[in-house]
Amino acid sequence: MSGTERPFDVVIIGAGVVGCALARELSRYQLRIGVLEKNPDVGYETSARNTGVVHGGFAYDIGSLKAKLCVEGNRMMGNLAKELDFPFKRCGKVLVGNTQEDYERLLEVIRQGEACGASNMHMIGEEELKAKIPGVVGKFAMLSENSGIVDPFLFTIALAENAVKNGAEFFFCREVKSIAQEEGMWRIRTAEETFSTRWVINSAGLQCGKISDMLGIRGYRIIYSKDDYIILDKRLGSLVPMPIYTVPSNTYMGIHVSVTTDGNILLGPTAEDSDDPSHYAVAQKNIDGLYKAAMELWPNFSRADYIRTYCGILPKLADENGKIQDFKIEIRDDLAPRAVNLVGIESPGLTASVPIARYAIALMMERESFAEKESFDPVRKGIVRFAECSEEEQAELIRKDPDYGELVCRCNKVTKAEILQAIRSPLHPSTMAAVKFRTRCMMGRCQGGYCQMRVAAMLEEELGIRPEEVNWAREDSPLFFGKVRE
Amino acid sequence: MEERYQELDVLIAGGGPAGLAAAVRLWENGIRKILIAEREKHLGGILRQCIHDGFGLTRFRETLSGPEYAGRFIDQVKELQIPYITNASVTHIGGNSEDGTHRVQIVTREGLLEYRAKAVVLAMGCRERTRGALAIPGERPAGVYTAGVAQAYMNLYNRMPAREAVILGSGDIGMIMARRLTLEGAHVQAVFELQPYPSGLNRNIRQCLEDFGIPLYLSHTVTNIHGTKRLEGVTVSEVDRNLRVIPGTEKYWPCDTLILSVGLLPENELSREAGVVLDPKTGGAFVSERFETSVPGIFAAGNVLHVHDLADYVSMEAEDLADAVTEFVTGKELQECRFPVRYDSTVHHVIPQKVSLTRDLHLSFRVTRPFEDCRIEVLQEDKVIAFRKLKKALPAEMFSITVAKEKLISESEPEVRIVW
Repeated sequence: MSGTERPFDVVIIGAGVVGCALARELSRYQLRIGVLEKNPDVGYETSARNTGVVHGGFAYDIGSLKAKLCVEGNRMMGNLAKELDFPFKRCGKVLVGNTQEDYERLLEVIRQGEACGASNMHMIGEEELKAKIPGVVGKFAMLSENSGIVDPFLFTIALAENAVKNGAEFFFCREVKSIAQEEGMWRIRTAEETFSTRWVINSAGLQCGKISDMLGIRGYRIIYSKDDYIILDKRLGSLVPMPIYTVPSNTYMGIHVSVTTDGNILLGPTAEDSDDPSHYAVAQKNIDGLYKAAMELWPNFSRADYIRTYCGILPKLADENGKIQDFKIEIRDDLAPRAVNLVGIESPGLTASVPIARYAIALMMERESFAEKESFDPVRKGIVRFAECSEEEQAELIRKDPDYGELVCRCNKVTKAEILQAIRSPLHPSTMAAVKFRTRCMMGRCQGGYCQMRVAAMLEEELGIRPEEVNWAREDSPLFFGKVRE
Repeated sequence: MEERYQELDVLIAGGGPAGLAAAVRLWENGIRKILIAEREKHLGGILRQCIHDGFGLTRFRETLSGPEYAGRFIDQVKELQIPYITNASVTHIGGNSEDGTHRVQIVTREGLLEYRAKAVVLAMGCRERTRGALAIPGERPAGVYTAGVAQAYMNLYNRMPAREAVILGSGDIGMIMARRLTLEGAHVQAVFELQPYPSGLNRNIRQCLEDFGIPLYLSHTVTNIHGTKRLEGVTVSEVDRNLRVIPGTEKYWPCDTLILSVGLLPENELSREAGVVLDPKTGGAFVSERFETSVPGIFAAGNVLHVHDLADYVSMEAEDLADAVTEFVTGKELQECRFPVRYDSTVHHVIPQKVSLTRDLHLSFRVTRPFEDCRIEVLQEDKVIAFRKLKKALPAEMFSITVAKEKLISESEPEVRIVW
């Protein structure tokens, strides 16, 4: 399918969580929307590489967009999760302290949070803290009841799938090479095509500086903050009912022990500045450092519980002195009319993604009015997960579709039916990682040791591709060099 | 389709070399209400992908490939019409219940099956330790495979996973894959082993590495992984006697594939849920000399109990287990095992962990490091009651020693040690 024949009303560059939220929110209007993404799927960079915490909105400067949009995002997450059917738990979160100084800082955090519109934050004593989280080290804590956890992959996928349902078009493996203004239209060139559009949105995440330059809005300084994490076995998950943080500053949350919606424990992040937004290597010194720091906070694991490490990178906007700035969401009519420029969308971008999208659309609507689309359907259904069903429901699923009776992934109990549904899902994903994010297959303690062969075979068969065309995650990341024997 | 009992004497979880051998022996012992549940489409377990030879020398006194070895048991299962189901994943094993049976739930395409079994045989085997478990630093490109995954891709799926390979870990499957990849036209540059001694069997070093000119570097490990898409190379460093990386020894090895053969872990998630107590040394259950776990009526043998060096010993252990299960389900009381088996720092672990001293003592174990010209000794009350001389004892091998009942001193905990 070629998207280049007819001009678009809006082209969104970047299919991270913010790009997908923009696509979904814009699909409420009578607009032709295109999303360009350099990777083969949504959410391959920052959006999929974080702690998945839905922040309360207390850790940002008063009056900042980060604070305002985070509080809004936190409030709406429950309804979004219902509408779009992605895993979200409002489990709360604690910020654990030990000293008088910590205590005062936490009180300040509460005051700051309240000034930002955050609510349900209070101090708890050691007894209550340990009743909530056995084995945590700390004398007291600030409890933020509104905080929660979300599955960042499925949140992003859900937004994108709902956008597709409402007419948005996604173009994968399309890296933007250049952007030009011609006759009142934006011409966006990728390797093989040119996309013409009236509006363009830069939601390129790690590449926001580069795209901003292409739009003619030059000079933003982006610092790449690299976060390394360790993932622990699910077996321990029930011991950490909510994320455990230390006392934060306004720019760094500190190393925390968190939990995913699947019950895996996360240790991280490290936070170091990097000049390369594509270098996702986890360093040995950080693995050692995380072990030590996490042990001080929650000493109930061992190295034998490790199942994987990962790294995420945040694009932070900095001033000339290196001071980290607020989200920049702007339309520069003087330099780049009908271009929405989103720069430095880092944490809490996941929590705030839908409010960010709505804020950006409001800026657009100050300049042009978009007609609403009556047919907009806000509801998206995800894949029914066998492992999370009751025995009666499981029996019923198998009766309706025997593929639900074939367990492919042992660790996370993922069935063949779920994997087939993932491969056939609305974004037409084509990689092993895409199946992994949609089903949790290969995400468990055996890391695909048992199931990956079957997933690869299903991708080949369903997509009708050759063995050397099966990619792990990115373009040109093949699993195989063909067949052993023809 | 085989006849299925709702009520069973014995449910066998896993149709590999342990489960199959246990089933055949149980049948021969006259136990008929049994069922093998195998998660794969075919019986045979991991042996199906082990197309190399070397199986069966002990059990059948001839050398067989993995599928041939499994075939011996599978033929018997079919001939005797022992009930089995495939494509059937056991998802739950109940612990103690009021009537003494265990509820077992199995997911199949035909539906959710439920059984009540007097005894359950854990025969789920083991899984491979992964890159993530070792937390090897670096990027996460395609092309990092455990040896068993690479073996499955090649031998079961006809997919070529490598061209220029480096292997970390001198486990047996890694060395066997070095040979297999070479025979199929890939280039295996080297095998690196963290320990100062190999972790696989000597015969594999000779037949899979030396015969193909593949170097084995001891006291080396991978310290970084490079590549954003497919693997581009690995950094390998030397380690000192305490297994710490020696700075300045880093060397870059360009390659498109890293094969990991860095250890096997008994697969005990089901056992754990059933309340079976595990030995941190083996990763498998604590068992009595009759292979009964801490949960009465749940038995374990093979690689789910402790990682073996040869499949023959897996099957033979499962056959011993089957004799005990036979007694259990026919109402004979199994002797109480009150005496823990002790061992010193020369021994990594011993199976069984508890004995009765009323039967011949049969102990299987591994050593913690290599020994030469040494003796395995079994002691009671500080007296050597049995010993075996060995030219060499390597951690890669599993050892066993048997002490006749008559030689045992009653009411005294036995101890195993190596002296050299």
